Amino acid sequence: MMIEAKNLSCIRSHKQLFSELSFSLDSGQLLLVEGENGSGKSTLLRILAGLRRPDEGELFWNKKPLVSALSDYSKQMTWVSHRNGIKESLTGRENLHAHAALSQIDARNIDEALRETGLKAHSNRLVQQYSAGMKRRLSLSRLLIKRAKLWILDEPQASLDKEGIALFERIASDHLLQNGMIIMSSHHDVQLGKHSVVKLNLQS
Amino acid sequence: MSTLNSLFFLCRRDVLIAFRHRQQALNPLLFFVLVCLLFPLGIGASADLLKAIAPGTIWIAALLAVLMSLDSLFRTDFEDGSLELMILENQSLTLLVATRVFAHWLMTVLPLLLLAPIMAVALGLSSNVLIILLTSLLLGTPVLSFVGAIAAALIIVIPHNGMLLALLVLPLYVPALIFGTSAVNNAALGISPEGPLYILAALLVLSLTLSPPAIAAALRTGVSQ
Amino acid sequence: MMQWFHRMASPAWFYRFSGKLIPFLILTFTPLLIIGLYGGLVTAPSDYQQGDAFRIIYVHVPAAWMSLFIYIVMAVYAVITLIWRIKLAEILLISSAPVGVGFTILALATGSLWGKPMWGTWWSWDARLTSELLLLFLYLGVIGLYRAIEEKRTASRFVSILVLVGTVNIPIIHYSVEWWNTLHQGSTITLTEKPSMHIDMLIPLLMMAIAFKVFYGISLLIQARAELVEREFNSRWVRELVEENSDG
Repeated sequence: MMIEAKNLSCIRSHKQLFSELSFSLDSGQLLLVEGENGSGKSTLLRILAGLRRPDEGELFWNKKPLVSALSDYSKQMTWVSHRNGIKESLTGRENLHAHAALSQIDARNIDEALRETGLKAHSNRLVQQYSAGMKRRLSLSRLLIKRAKLWILDEPQASLDKEGIALFERIASDHLLQNGMIIMSSHHDVQLGKHSVVKLNLQS
Repeated sequence: MSTLNSLFFLCRRDVLIAFRHRQQALNPLLFFVLVCLLFPLGIGASADLLKAIAPGTIWIAALLAVLMSLDSLFRTDFEDGSLELMILENQSLTLLVATRVFAHWLMTVLPLLLLAPIMAVALGLSSNVLIILLTSLLLGTPVLSFVGAIAAALIIVIPHNGMLLALLVLPLYVPALIFGTSAVNNAALGISPEGPLYILAALLVLSLTLSPPAIAAALRTGVSQ
Repeated sequence: MMQWFHRMASPAWFYRFSGKLIPFLILTFTPLLIIGLYGGLVTAPSDYQQGDAFRIIYVHVPAAWMSLFIYIVMAVYAVITLIWRIKLAEILLISSAPVGVGFTILALATGSLWGKPMWGTWWSWDARLTSELLLLFLYLGVIGLYRAIEEKRTASRFVSILVLVGTVNIPIIHYSVEWWNTLHQGSTITLTEKPSMHIDMLIPLLMMAIAFKVFYGISLLIQARAELVEREFNSRWVRELVEENSDG
């Protein structure tokens, strides 16, 4: 499994966000996208997730152009943006069930995922009663249900408390150990010890 | 799990959400009744006049109620990020979108059909025409929902867009309005309403097939911003 | 390299090329308009039924044709925008809309002027005029949507979808309005329904039609050049252009 970017560039409202961006990422690696606000981190991640097309350049998934491998890619990738993708008027559990049904994945992992993210006790409460940190945890528990190879995460630690951040680091570390791949942006330092972290700095 | 299964699940989810917001689902109904009420107040309550304008009044009230309910159709999905996830699913976005519009019609527009006969009788429409009125609305309101959903998807990135939505949608509503009302008018005059009803059915088939791809394209564009 | 050429070189080329084309178009437009108007207003025989009032068709009919023609051209640009993502098509699409609005208003205004002597009222719910009015709203919707979205490339894609939806709907709207019209009032004399037109009447009409098409070309190019510079004000060719102009 590998993802590769060649000469990506992106223009938004007359502004060149980045250009000639190339990198590749293998199994077991984490790509940390750094940069100031407005440097195009989110936009880059959205391009990598396949939500947006680069203005120039191309993406490859397992050596195949991404545009022709989209179906396989969407099975192997989970996207968590800064928006949680959660329905406020459903319970935590209902949200995950709806998500599993839409992605056509097994709902068996839901209980385990809720336990691991510490939401088990709250899983039958409406999400609108959750705190911001709990919503974030619920959103991250999608990662544990789908168990995709590649995770693309936009600011995963945002609105998490210390415990939540530790939880995230544990999950991420496990994923890398199992030869998963992570692409993420962050304002925080990521403590992942021995794992191989590739840094990508977007200068504005 | 099959595609059909997940479409069913999506529909059930939307119905559940709508059910938990019963209060909001009631608003289009109240709006519908109020618009029906304004016509006699504005035009005068002479029985002959009301009888003549009743089909048009009910159709216009239903059309405006659908229009009012459209804005929230994709906006919450867009804002809470679930639209992104829907697009990234390994499933036909066209089908997912069609399911969502259908669920929306089921929960917000279908209840209007229960009120329409009451308002029709209040406006003096004779009771033998009611079945034609209901048929025309049953065929016509999904057209309004599906065509309107295209516009709702087009303005997804624009905040405070009620007027723009009306500008985009209302010209496209003209055919459904014309054939819907003329079916009822025909029936009231004792002429066969079949012609307009058939055309309404054709419009329904057209909008069911052509608008979901357009909605999907618009949503993709909105998310790619 | 190809893509770079596509995106950067082609707008610059278009800008220079269109700058040279506009004078020629104006040179074609002016005589066509003068001859067409002279033929229509002076030499063409007056109508046996409507007298001289019918002469307004020399403006009304070509304007109504253009209002529809421009929408169809926009649909072509919309397809190009959606499939090939060519910037120039986006710009030509949105620059066509105001010209379309202009012709639609012209058709409506002349139709209403013509209605006064014919029907004794400025506005009659004639099928053609009503469809024309709805077409005006379709155009205004396109412009409104484009203006409301800040990111212009996204806006162009949204507008393209809207234009294609409109294109599918125009015949349906037209047909339904016609149906509605025959239902509610007996068909009156309509402007364009002439069983046979005298050749002396026809030639000026065709000349006017061509003149209007050329006029569309001129105003489209002028609009598109302005839009192009506005969108690309950061790019190299616009900066070079500004320097050139400030030198000379």
